[in-house]
Amino acid sequence: MSEQAPQELPEPGPPAAPQSRVLAAVAAGGALGALARYGALVLWPGGGGFPWTVFVVNVSGCALIGALMVLTVERGRVTHPLVRPFLGVGVLGGFTTFSTYAAGVSDLLVRQEVLTAMAYAAVTAAAALGAVWAAAVATRAWLDRSASGEGRAA
Amino acid sequence: MNWLLVAIGGAVGAPLRYLTDRAVQAHQGPGVPYVFPWGTFAANTAGSLLLGLLTGAAVSSPAHALLATGLCGALTTYSTFSYETLRLAETGRTFLAGANVLASLLAGLGAVFLGAELTGGFGG
Repeated sequence: MSEQAPQELPEPGPPAAPQSRVLAAVAAGGALGALARYGALVLWPGGGGFPWTVFVVNVSGCALIGALMVLTVERGRVTHPLVRPFLGVGVLGGFTTFSTYAAGVSDLLVRQEVLTAMAYAAVTAAAALGAVWAAAVATRAWLDRSASGEGRAA
Repeated sequence: MNWLLVAIGGAVGAPLRYLTDRAVQAHQGPGVPYVFPWGTFAANTAGSLLLGLLTGAAVSSPAHALLATGLCGALTTYSTFSYETLRLAETGRTFLAGANVLASLLAGLGAVFLGAELTGGFGG
């Protein structure tokens, strides 16, 4: 956390925008994110076995939120109060899904594909956490480097 | 037509998750540090239960687009779940981070099975 931020850092609490506008931004983002996920499933429906499409949707959404949260909450590089509700809570929250993941695991269990079920459960969690971690670390490093390049103390 | 239904479901599900998270945080009281991400846990478990109910009921394709793909998909989230887990791990709460992953998975799985059983089972 920087001690000499040019503006006040957005706290990880309620964004400083009217609640109605925040809800509208979350709803619009949720619609777009859900549509993008649906589009991916229409393009790549898959056919039993490991649910690759939902896996890729969830892992890519986790990488994107890692970068977004560093840019907004952690470093305050993006300060517009509706960016996080729209992109983070709305688009990425609507794009990624936990229910389809849980249903995918239970579907594999019901079909007695126990090893695939366990692999899907574990590999998704590991890849999602790895993606959010790697994206956050890379974004921090990128911000630090560009800050020192500008001659500013990060 | 299904595209529109997915969008409507997403436009309802995402604000529901946001309001659930707010309500859970407010319930913990002002000044209480928000440590374990109960809000996201609640939204993910509730959405998984609803998806289980819909699976057991074997709803029609438009209802599935609106409620399962749209509403349940957007009510639940993997991105916030993994970011909150990362924050727990990065702030030294490794046990809570692991507990969040395990509890979320077990609760989500249990909720899907329970929901499907309640409305006719997985064969339904």
